[in-house]
Amino acid sequence: MPDFCGIELAHPVVNASGTYDAIAARKVFGDELLQAFPFSAFVSKTITPEPRTGNEPQRIWETPAGMINSIGLPNKGLDGFLASDLPQLAKLPVPLIVSVMATNREAFSRLVQAVGDRDEVAALELNVSCPNVHSGLIVGENPDETEALLEALRPLTEKPLIVKLTPNVASPEAVAVAAEEGGADAVSLINTLKASAIDPATGAPALAAGHGGLSGPAVKPIALHQVRVVRAAVELPIVGMGGISNGADASEFLAAGAALVAVGTESFRDPGAGSRIANELQTGVSEAPRRLAALDLE
Amino acid sequence: MTAPFGRRACEVAANAATGGYRLFSLLDHEGPEPEPGQFYMLASEKSWGEGGGRPYLPRAISFAETAPAKEGIRLDFLVEGVGPGTDRLCDLEPGERVWLTGPLGNTFSTPKQVNPDAAGAILVGGGIGIAPLAIWRRRLVEQGIPLRVLLGFRNQQHSGGLNELFCAGGTLCPDVRLATEDGHAGHQGYVTDLLAAMLAGDDATSAVVYSCGPPAMLEAVRSLCDANGVPCELAMESPMACGFGACFGCAVPKPDGGYLRLCVDGPVLRGDAVAEVAHA
Repeated sequence: MPDFCGIELAHPVVNASGTYDAIAARKVFGDELLQAFPFSAFVSKTITPEPRTGNEPQRIWETPAGMINSIGLPNKGLDGFLASDLPQLAKLPVPLIVSVMATNREAFSRLVQAVGDRDEVAALELNVSCPNVHSGLIVGENPDETEALLEALRPLTEKPLIVKLTPNVASPEAVAVAAEEGGADAVSLINTLKASAIDPATGAPALAAGHGGLSGPAVKPIALHQVRVVRAAVELPIVGMGGISNGADASEFLAAGAALVAVGTESFRDPGAGSRIANELQTGVSEAPRRLAALDLE
Repeated sequence: MTAPFGRRACEVAANAATGGYRLFSLLDHEGPEPEPGQFYMLASEKSWGEGGGRPYLPRAISFAETAPAKEGIRLDFLVEGVGPGTDRLCDLEPGERVWLTGPLGNTFSTPKQVNPDAAGAILVGGGIGIAPLAIWRRRLVEQGIPLRVLLGFRNQQHSGGLNELFCAGGTLCPDVRLATEDGHAGHQGYVTDLLAAMLAGDDATSAVVYSCGPPAMLEAVRSLCDANGVPCELAMESPMACGFGACFGCAVPKPDGGYLRLCVDGPVLRGDAVAEVAHA
């Protein structure tokens, strides 16, 4: 039973934020989803202060062993989330982690305070792959911005704060160190890699937004590397993700130093991938990598 | 009726050429009988992205027909190879297995559900989009609802499925009219020419139009129906990674702003629920 920031989990596999809509899936698959819930904790889509409709299509593009997405964080905004989504997510049989994002410190504080106050919420994930409108810098690409944000948010809640790291930097470990210094409880990585595709039929960018984020097995070696360098730089527990499709992939992330793993794109191919991977980890993986991983936890 | 949770492996029972398309059948031992318009996410168990890395995502395919089979149901899918995913599905061999998730999405409404005064249905299909109209036609016939079926194809290479899905006793069902752009069968021109002529008739406004086909055709159907005050339901397609509301890729613009998710809000949408159908 992994203990993650004081939260007891049945197994080490959670979902990556924005890759599973448990409310929609509950309507499609019925109670069977709850009985066989694939993840040991559920991470919500990112919530922003105001509602967002998301980007214009085309939003996704298949690539070799992966896909590029530019969804644009559609969500109901803080008030809509608290009023209509949170009560439904609270009925899931696992702890709830809510992902939040804002483009200035005041709005970020409002989100953390409002979400952190709710008993249904076990932890918060901070999506820092967004610009600070005051400095113009992407918070998660800049250690100083990251540390300053954490210092502002840390006093607002006692709930664990997980910082979602972007891979689109030269030194993710520097940002991880800044998150740790600022008072984060954990880091999760990797977010998607900046990527473009050209539609061969038109010669124009395939995605309406021009670019998006690459995910899927294609990114796994990069993700593993970043987990290793972050592991070497900080003491914080790590949620490792990026192209995990099976138990063997998951065990590699645990061996690289992750405490938990997250499954994202693979759930699109297999809605039950989370529990399959947890099961494969339990039954199909040699003891050695798991023992290594255990050593890396506090 | 909800779908069984997760994907399941289904055996390929048959796969045969029909015109320029392929019609293959899967044996599903677990799922409920699907409703017309619903779809499945399909990926072959073997050789799905293992070599060149594509196809990677499963493909959303509407079923064309279903029938009871030994220990379950048979599901028939009409496909045209237009890329790595559909090419692989075209190559399925009987006996191999396919990962299937579904049935997913919603179904067509009956004419009376759309308009209590509706007297009948007009089905308009184009190309591979004739597939979901085959099972919908059969259901309407079983309910004794008067109907006309208008089917269009680009040319002989881009056509198929008529013998298997729209014929009885070796001849085209009497309610079916054809249009082909190359004139190899039926009216030479667009299927929407046939629809325009029909909607110009006296009693056409008491019909409900159901359509599936390429986006340009759907948009022509939508605007023709709009201009004639005839309600329509469109079975649409959109890039889709998951089919169950997770990926948010299948966004379809609403007329008043914002987006629908085609997988959970559709794939069947009322013509007035969508903005212009986007097409190149």
